[in-house]
Order: sequence, then structure tokens, then C-alpha cells
Amino acid sequence: MSVEGGPGDFTVGLKTRPRYIIEDKCTGCTTCVEYCPVEYPDQFNQGISQNKAVHVYFSQAIPLVSYIDDSCLKLKENKCDICSGVCKTGAIDFRQTPSSTIINTGAVILSSGITPFDPLVRDEYGYKKFLNVVTSMDYERLLSSTGPYEGEVLRPSNKAVPQKIAWIQCVGSRRVTKGDNSYCSGVCCTYTQKQVILTKHHYKDVKCTIFHNDIRSFGKDFERYFQRAEQLPGVEFVRSYASIEGQNPDTKAVVVRYATAHDGVKSEEFDMVVLSVGINPPAAHGKISTKFGVNLNSHGFCDTDSSNPIKTNRPGIFVSGAFQGPTDIPESVFTASGASAQIGELLNYRRGKLARERQYPQELDLSCDKPRIGVFVCHCGANISSVVNVPSTVDYALTLPNVVYAMEQIFSCATNSAREITDLAREKGLNRVVIAACSPRTLEPLFRDTLREAGLNQYYLDMANIREHCSWVHARQKDVATQKAKDIVRMSVARAACLEPLQEFDLPVNKAVLVVGGGIAGMVCAQSIATQGHEVYLIEKTESLGGMAGKIYSTLEGLDVQTYLSSLIEKIYKNPLIHVSHGAIITDVAGYLGNFTTTVETCGRIQTIKHGVSVLAIGADVYTPSEYLYGENDKIFTHIDLGEQIARGNREIIDAQSLVMIQCVGCRNEDKNYCSRVCCGHAVKNALNLKEKNPQMRIYILFRDMRTYGFREDAYKEAGEKGVQFIRYTPEDKPLVEAVDEGGKQILRVTVPDSILGQRLELDADILSLAAAVIPCESVNEIARHFKVTLSPDGFFKEAHVKLKPVEFAADGVFLCGTAHYPKHIPETINQAYGAAGRVLTLLSRDTVVASGSVAYVKDYDCVACGACITACAYDAIEFCDTPGGKKAFVNPILCKGDGLCNAKCPTNAIVLKHFTDDALASQIDAAITN
Amino acid sequence: MCSGRVDLEFILRAFSTGQDGVFIGGCNLDECNYVTHGNYDALANTHIAKRILEHLGLNPERLRTRFMSGADGNLLAEYTDDFTKKIQELGPLGKSEGMGVKLVKLKLDAARKLVPHLRLVERQKLRVPVKSKDAYDQFFEDPGINRFFDDIFGDKLAISQIMSLLGEQALAAGDIAKKLGLSPSAVSRHMIYSSRHGFVRYDTTSNRYALA
Repeated sequence: MSVEGGPGDFTVGLKTRPRYIIEDKCTGCTTCVEYCPVEYPDQFNQGISQNKAVHVYFSQAIPLVSYIDDSCLKLKENKCDICSGVCKTGAIDFRQTPSSTIINTGAVILSSGITPFDPLVRDEYGYKKFLNVVTSMDYERLLSSTGPYEGEVLRPSNKAVPQKIAWIQCVGSRRVTKGDNSYCSGVCCTYTQKQVILTKHHYKDVKCTIFHNDIRSFGKDFERYFQRAEQLPGVEFVRSYASIEGQNPDTKAVVVRYATAHDGVKSEEFDMVVLSVGINPPAAHGKISTKFGVNLNSHGFCDTDSSNPIKTNRPGIFVSGAFQGPTDIPESVFTASGASAQIGELLNYRRGKLARERQYPQELDLSCDKPRIGVFVCHCGANISSVVNVPSTVDYALTLPNVVYAMEQIFSCATNSAREITDLAREKGLNRVVIAACSPRTLEPLFRDTLREAGLNQYYLDMANIREHCSWVHARQKDVATQKAKDIVRMSVARAACLEPLQEFDLPVNKAVLVVGGGIAGMVCAQSIATQGHEVYLIEKTESLGGMAGKIYSTLEGLDVQTYLSSLIEKIYKNPLIHVSHGAIITDVAGYLGNFTTTVETCGRIQTIKHGVSVLAIGADVYTPSEYLYGENDKIFTHIDLGEQIARGNREIIDAQSLVMIQCVGCRNEDKNYCSRVCCGHAVKNALNLKEKNPQMRIYILFRDMRTYGFREDAYKEAGEKGVQFIRYTPEDKPLVEAVDEGGKQILRVTVPDSILGQRLELDADILSLAAAVIPCESVNEIARHFKVTLSPDGFFKEAHVKLKPVEFAADGVFLCGTAHYPKHIPETINQAYGAAGRVLTLLSRDTVVASGSVAYVKDYDCVACGACITACAYDAIEFCDTPGGKKAFVNPILCKGDGLCNAKCPTNAIVLKHFTDDALASQIDAAITN
Repeated sequence: MCSGRVDLEFILRAFSTGQDGVFIGGCNLDECNYVTHGNYDALANTHIAKRILEHLGLNPERLRTRFMSGADGNLLAEYTDDFTKKIQELGPLGKSEGMGVKLVKLKLDAARKLVPHLRLVERQKLRVPVKSKDAYDQFFEDPGINRFFDDIFGDKLAISQIMSLLGEQALAAGDIAKKLGLSPSAVSRHMIYSSRHGFVRYDTTSNRYALA
């Protein structure tokens, strides 16, 4: 309602609408939903299917409790009240009223997200006018197994599976007509490809046609993803504007009119048309702006400065995610951690003052007790129970050895179910728990926590994966799926009986940080970490800070890069906690998370740095083109050099009469199968700068797909309006460049086929500029080897998870940011650098990190010191130690990653991988067969 | 745990308890998320286990290892379907090999006893220096390596099987040969060797060998 005060001390008034359900009492059983007489279009499923007035928003909602909406008869007409009668826990409460609270907070993050574009604003999209026109949001729900038809894609008109589907791209985006947005939404090309791939996976024979403008696969690995979609049989990408003409009155097929270069204009019928709708600012953007006092840009998104896109105009208020402008998941994730880093800078002096350590009950020592196993079989909503007979699986579990209790749960992962497990473990004296639900990959940490709450050792848990390994893959074979679920549970129970309690280690963390690379990414990250009171060692291989940004003078957003850079460099040098090494080479890295020792050679001087965390921000290089006469003619530049020459006022370039740019030089080919992401923006930026200085100049940009995503689209449009000519070429028929002598004047002749005119154009250029690819840094392999991190197929650093962990590596304690991850623009680099700082700070804010209990261990008595385990270990975690019983192998539990290779190599079975012991696995193997 | 943790004992144990096929799934070669590349160990183990199955007279195609990424659910489904089809064709373990269930189990258990020995041999002689699929395949298909493997493993396996058999009952040399599908001369050789080392004794009244 109101946001008063300033950084460090905001007073926020909050109004909470009533749910009419007492959250603490609701178990999420959905009995009320079953009895509710009011059917109402399900908002979560885009109104395609029906839900009830009382319902749970969606099956993974947190908290998993129902709420009552305005369609309720009791609320509208004071009738009904059935739900109150059927609720066994008395959770329904119609007396609830809107409540107001005042909270005091030090900072605010705006992460309101976006609102999908609503195609109803324009009649021409035919949405709701023609039955079989759906939006991509509708389609997303149709594809989902929790969607309106349980994952079946059905036509609205006759509920049949469509045989021919068309997607229309750029709906609401890249259009200047009223109601549409001029910018590019940036995500639709790839989400459409995902929908096509999923559709073809569901229905092999469906014909998919995608009407598109440019294919904007500018994200990491997106180019390959596009190729995967494009190469599927029965999938056709058609470059054409498409309009919806009407529908066939009998079949309700949608008639789409489009034009191709070969066939001209034609109309075609499709069983279903998907509108790939773009991204609008949050519907409440006006209110957000007024209430929080933040400025908006002309599109209604948060107005930010490109030198720090996370900061708003109002100090203490930050913005993360797509309210910055259209963004994809990884960017949303790192701007979120970036916002936390900046709040850390602001509130560092108060860090930890409100933290309370989580108290777990005292762990019971049950190591000598006979196994008493409890089995909890999860319905996962309908994910498991629609295929596997859950009650029969529960009954079966009760017959298994050592099982003393078994029950079913709707969602074992829900808060109330976790509490149920804890309570039952105490009540029934369980000492081992089997959760038969989903993959341990996502929820094992949660269930381990549940066990701790019950006073059990967290390693007394085993998860039987009856969802991914059973119900999802055997959806059509219910009987055998149930049998398989029982087999999986039996194996899990057999293993559980062998589980041992394990202790985790608290590992002290050295609070110093090593940042490798002194470009924008490295400096921003170092600066943010140092501001929060940690020592930072910044290692730069060249003699000066700045990296690639030293050659960039402006951005499309209007940032004066050199001024920004010098002020950033000044801050770095002035910060007493940042120690910069120039001309430095890393010669050795030893240690691990919390305790690294890195040896750095600086001008012959050897320095040993002890640090707890490493950030790799080594940047990228520019490809040196071997094509288009580059290097043979001094009138040919790369975009980055051209930008520099323009900024320096090189008259030869500024006064040129004609300039040609060629895009995609050295990438998007077989050798470098990725898009360099930044070049289209660079080309447009250079063109606009040149047009401003010399409006008469003829500028041609030869491109394959213009990838001016997000607000850069406006600049692309502006360039077109200012007379910059954009000519599309295909990789099969690339432009040809010759140096010719025309009447005594040396010019560059560029020949390019023009598909629209159907002829070859000859462009005479004074200057040629090439969009040279961004390529991985020369030293990337060496750095990767030192820090034991991996590279993606294209040679950039491979993050731990492409969407969800975009600044982490699989190796603990090592982080990444900047173009070493993938090419990106300066504002994106700054976002990611803050993101990495945020993750680093999460680690450093604690004094210790916890190392896994599932590590290898040597039974001294059985060890014959043959060294087989030492040769098997890639982490140097095992060494010989002298003991009273002679030389024996010893495992450093902190270095051990728990892969268990040593276990499989030891001839005397002396080394054991805890939690995956021979006994446990052998019991599981034996239990796979019933006699 | 890594696919390299799947040790020979697990594979042989699974067959011994009555599985008709064993499938090992690992991450793509050369795409280890860590630095271990333990899937190469899984590959080496697969080669060795297949060789053992051959020695036991069992079809090595009952064991299959495939590598795929975490995002290759479709491949896993395809590989699993394909392997299931193959095993259905082969039928129950021992059937296509013309061997009774009991004998199959006896043979596999005899081989399991040799796992510690095999681990030593693997480290000494069967470790491939270069981590590439081709290098591994080439190494394990090399006739020299196979001859070496047969020499050191063949006799040990035969003796281990004989011991297991004699553990059940005393038998004449000819019966041993017949039951295990070994040549009588090889059996005599092993029996002479074993009695010299005091593992077995010859009962002159019944003309049978028994465990010492």
C-alpha cells in the first residue's frame, strides 16, 4: 500500500487478501474441492479446464493449501457452505477479512515478473474469435502433464488431436501498431522450438509449421536447439509474416495467409494455430511505479542505468528478473543473486544480526537398533497415482522385511506431509525412512531435513523413484507399472536396512576471494565482494585492467563505456581490500572449497595466495577472420575496431560514402556452432553512430538473422528509418568481397544475392566491417584444468546448470561470470558479475561449509597398502599414512567427491564408499528378484 | 556414485541372482561433470565382464552399457526398449546357452570368487593409457590381450568352478568334465594341480574327488 523511508529503513504497508482458509489447519487434501458445487474456469490452466471456487492454485503450489475465490456462492450470495461441513480439520474460515501489516525492511527488490501479451487487444489475431486459435501460454498448459487434458494436446473445437499445427511468431512483439510492443520479447523463438520438440515427442506424425521473422537463437546452446527442432521430420520453418484470415465453417480449421519467395501469397488451413505471444511489463507497472517511486521506461518496464541494471532510481530499491526488460531464466536467476549482492553491500553492517541458527532435535543413536523402516508412498497429485496403484503399493510395502509402517501421501514434499513423516517417525519408532516418490535429485535435501527434524540421522533415508522411473515412463501400462513400483520399493527397502548413520563435516572457510580476470566482470564482482568486507585478490594477465571493454566506447543504451571503466578501475585501485596483480600467470591451484592455494607468477615473482573461493571471469577473445579479405586490405575492420575508430574520430571512416557490414563472420557455422549474441547490436550501434556523424553515408548491413533482442529492437528500427539498408543472405550463398580499382579509386566490391529482388546486388564500399565472432579466451583450457572445471562444446565455461545455476560450476567454491560463460553485452555482464558476487557472499557469510558424509573410508585392518585406490582417485584425496599397523591408505574426506571408483578397485574390499557400500548395493541387487 | 562404481561383483551378482540381462547407464564419455571420467572405468569393466561371460559359456550380449546425458531421456527409453527386446529374444539366462539354472549359478558364483584377483590383474595389465572410446575398444579387442586374459583367468576360473562343484558333492573326473563342459584332460590337469596343493583329495574307494 505504501513504501516510506529510505535505504536501511523502509516502512512498507502490506495488504493481504483473505484466503478464507486457515493455512495452518489445511492439509491440502482437496476434499473441499471435490464437494464444491461451483465450477469455474481454472486460471492456472488458462481457463481451458474447469476448477472449483475453492481450489489449490496448482499442484506444486507453496504452501499447498487451497483458497476460495470470488465465484464462491457463500461469498456472493451467502448460500452453500458445503466446504465448511466436509473439511475435517476445520480450516475453512469465511470470517476472514483483508489484513494490513506494516513491515520494516532495509531494502526492497522488485521482482514482479511480466504479464504475457494479451492478443485480444487486436482483432486481427483472431483469439477467442476462432476456436482453434490458442496462445503459447494455453499451449504450454496443454502440453503439461498437469494441464487440462493431462498432457494431451486437443483442439478446442472437437477435442481431437490436431494433425497440422502452425505457430505464429512475434505476436505482440516487434510491431509498432497500437496495442503491440515495438521491442523483441527475446524468449519466444526458443520457447516455440521447445513446444515443437515436445509436440513431436508426443505425436510423431503431427505436422508443425512455424511462421517467423528472424530466428533469434542468441542464448547459450540455442543455435543447436534450433537446429534440433528444424531437423525433425514434418517440421517446417517458414520465414513470412502470417495473418489469420478466418476459419473453415465445417472443420473449424484456421486459415492462415502468408507469402514465401517461391510461391508468393497463399492461404493454408491448420487444425490449430498457436500465437507465440510476447512479454508485456507487469500489468500493475503503473501502480508499482507510483508506490515504490521508481521510474519506468517508455515500454513500462523499470528504468535502469546500463552501468548497473539492478539499481533503480530510488536508493535501496532494486530490480531483478524480467521487470528489467524481457529476459530468459538464467538472466533472471543471476539478477536475483545480483540484487542480493547489492543489498549485501548496502546492509553489510547489519549482516547476521537477525539470523537465528536452525535448531534440530538431538540426534538419536540408533546404530545398534534393528532396522525399523517406514515407507511413504507419494501420489504426486496424479503424477504417480494415475498410473501406479498407490494403496496396493502401500499394502505390499507392509509385507517387506523390516518395514513396520507404510502409508500414502498426496504430496510427500508438502510442508504438512513432511511434518507427518516427522511425527510418525517418532510415534512409530522408525529408524529408517523410504520415500517412494520422485527422483532424489530435487527433493532428497528436503527429506533429509525432515529426518533431522525427527531426530534421525539424515542418511537413514532412501528414495524410491516411482515417478521418473515408473509412472512417467509406463503411463499406458498401469498393471505392470504398479508391479514395477513394488519392485522399486522392495529394492529401496532392502538398501535402507543396510544404511548407516553418517556425519557431515564442518569445514572452515578462508574468507579471501581470488578473482581471475580484470575485465568489467571481474572488477564488478571483486568490487562488490570487497565492499562487503572480504579480501579480494584480482589476477589480470595483461598489464592493465579493463579487458575487452577497453576497446568499446559506447553501448546501444548510451553508456559511455570509457568513463564508466575509468571510474570502476579507480574504485578497484582505491579499495584497500582489493589486491591487483598485473601480468600475472596462474601456475598452480591446489586445495578445495574453503581452502584454495593458488600460485601466481608475476614478472618472475612467485606469490602464493590462500583463498576460500575462486571466481573465473577471464572474458573472451575476438575471432580473427580468415574470410572476406580481412588482413589483406586496410579498409576492412572488425565491428569492435570500427567502433573504436568511430569514437576516435577517424575521418577516413566517418567521411566514407559507403560502408558495408557483414554479420556472422566465424560463427554460426559447422566449426563454431553458436551465435555470438552481441554482433547484431554492435552493428546497429556503429551504424547509428555513423549516421549521426555523417547522415549521407550509405550503410548496408548484410545479415542472416538480425538478433537485436529486447529493447535493442528499437535501435534496429531506428537504423532502418535512418536509411541503413539491411540485406539478408544465407550461409549457402555468402557475400563475395573483391578489392577493385574503379577509376583510380580503390574500393571494395561486395556482391550479395538479394532474395527479395531475386538478383545479385553489387555494393561498392569504402569501408567493410565484419562481425567477427566472440571466441573463448585463449587460456580457457589451462584455467579450466587448474580449477578442475569443465567447458561446453563451444569452449566456453560450463556452468553447473544452464538455467538454474548460471554462475556456479559443478566444482564447489568456483564461480563464473562475464563472457567466459558465453558472449554477452556489457549490462548483461554487469548483471552476471553481481550475480556471481551474490553467490560468493552466500558462501562467505557462513564460517564453515558442510562436506558430505557420503565419502570413502578405509578399514585399516583390511588394507594391504597396494595403492589401487590411490591410482583410481582423480582428486588426490587418498594418500598413504603410517599407522601402528603399518602403511595404510587414508582418505581426506573433504577432498573426496564420493564417486566410489576406489571402492570398485580395491582387491581386499578395504575401502568403502559410505552410503553406497557393497552391502547396501548388493542387498538392492538381490532384492531386484523375488523368488 | 559414478558409473565407475558399478563393479564386476554387482554385474555377476545380478546374473547369479537370476537376472537375464544387465544394463549399465553412464554419462557421455568425455563429458564428465567432474574430473574423474569414471565412465571409462565402467567401459573397461563392461569389456572384462563380457569376456568373463564368454568364458562361462554365457552370451555376452546379456550385458550392455550405454552412455547418455541427463537430458537424453528419449535415448534412455530407446536403449532400454532395444535392450529389453534383445533379452526377450535371448530368453531366460541359460536357456539360449543350453545350461541349467543351477549350473549357471554355480559358474557365476565361481567367477565372483575371482573378483579380487581380477581387480589386481586389471590394475597391473588391463589399464588403458589413453581415455578414448576407440583406444578402449581396440585394447580389449586385441588378440594379445585376450590371450593373456584367457591364460591368467581361464585356469583360475576352471579351478574355481571345480571347487564349487566339489563343494556340493564328490565327483569323478569324467563327471566334472561333463558337468562343466570342460575337456577331460584339462580337468585331470587341474585335479593334479589342486591335489598337489592340498585343495582336493582323491577317494580311491569311490574313485571320486572331494574337497580336502
